[in-house]
Amino acid sequence: MGRLLILAIGLAAAWLVWSGLFKPLIFGLGALSLVLVLWLAIRMKVTRYGSFSLDLAPRLLGFWAWLLKEIVKSNLTVARIVLSPRMNISPRMVTVEPPTRGLQGQAILANSITLTPGTVTVDAHDGTFKVHCLTEEGAADIERGEMARRIHKAVGDR
Amino acid sequence: MNWLDWLTALMVSAGGFFVFVGGVGAVRMPDLYTRMHATSLTDTLGSLLILVGLMLQSGFTLITLKIVLVAAFLLVTGPTAAYALANAAFLGGQLPEGLQDGASDDGETQP
Amino acid sequence: MMFAVGAAAVTITMMLALLRALLGPSVYDRVLAVNMLGTKTVLLLALTAFAMGRPDFIDLAITYALINFIGVIAVLQFFYSRDLRKAEERAAKSAHGGAVGPSQAGPQ
Repeated sequence: MGRLLILAIGLAAAWLVWSGLFKPLIFGLGALSLVLVLWLAIRMKVTRYGSFSLDLAPRLLGFWAWLLKEIVKSNLTVARIVLSPRMNISPRMVTVEPPTRGLQGQAILANSITLTPGTVTVDAHDGTFKVHCLTEEGAADIERGEMARRIHKAVGDR
Repeated sequence: MNWLDWLTALMVSAGGFFVFVGGVGAVRMPDLYTRMHATSLTDTLGSLLILVGLMLQSGFTLITLKIVLVAAFLLVTGPTAAYALANAAFLGGQLPEGLQDGASDDGETQP
Repeated sequence: MMFAVGAAAVTITMMLALLRALLGPSVYDRVLAVNMLGTKTVLLLALTAFAMGRPDFIDLAITYALINFIGVIAVLQFFYSRDLRKAEERAAKSAHGGAVGPSQAGPQ
């Protein structure tokens, strides 16, 4: 119920910010869409399975800063590879089992791996990740699992 | 042009550079999975630099908030779409090319 | 003027993405190229909004970002299930002669 309320407030705020108009017609249409989206959310059981956990965001701030640094670093690496006349790639597929057992932690990890250029999560199933890496160094980084450890520290088994 | 304009020009140009390199990579790379690495180049640093450069121009306004939302959408939907694509291609039977040793066993566990 | 370099780079990249979409070779390469074209469109819209002084283009960029994502997911679902069916048919054909069982693959 609390989650539904947060969703309703967020949606209403989004509508007001977007339209910026306070005419009765626009307002009524907004209320109508709000009710429709809330009904859809209940039907989709969005609120029951905890698809949005805003309380995780503050705990992930430090991780995001670290992730941004990693993204910049690997961007430069991949850009150098693409621009070199003989592209020096050594593609690898590594299989890892990260320590995070929770679904949200695994989703964050899979998306963070994909977000970093040079590594793409190809398959995440039953806690086993198959990651395609552009270079051997990237594969070694994934196998060392520092990203997984940081996420596990921040999120736990959520 | 004041210093903020110069900073915007610098960031937009740098972002354009990364976007362009990603495009070159998408054409040059040998197979689907390696091309995806090049594409994520344009999705991350390229987009971020361009959008942050635009934010500097609009200051603390509603437009900046909307650009933040664009960046957030791109950063959330980008990897999700990339994972959906890679997973569909992998489960659909397209294996990565040119894998080094120690990776062949992954190919056989695949359906 | 300061947006011109970025806009030019994004436009050239869109052409490169189109080239990749034409070259293929697999359908997934084409989807990748179309997805890339979509995100570049979002960037170009944002740049155009500032270059032409039309802030409402940002709203278009947001909408385009969302629709592009949903479109890519929908297209992938379509091609993925088509590939699965093909694999199943191939397995059924080879099962006539040998001991090859049906594919274990499922969407989940």
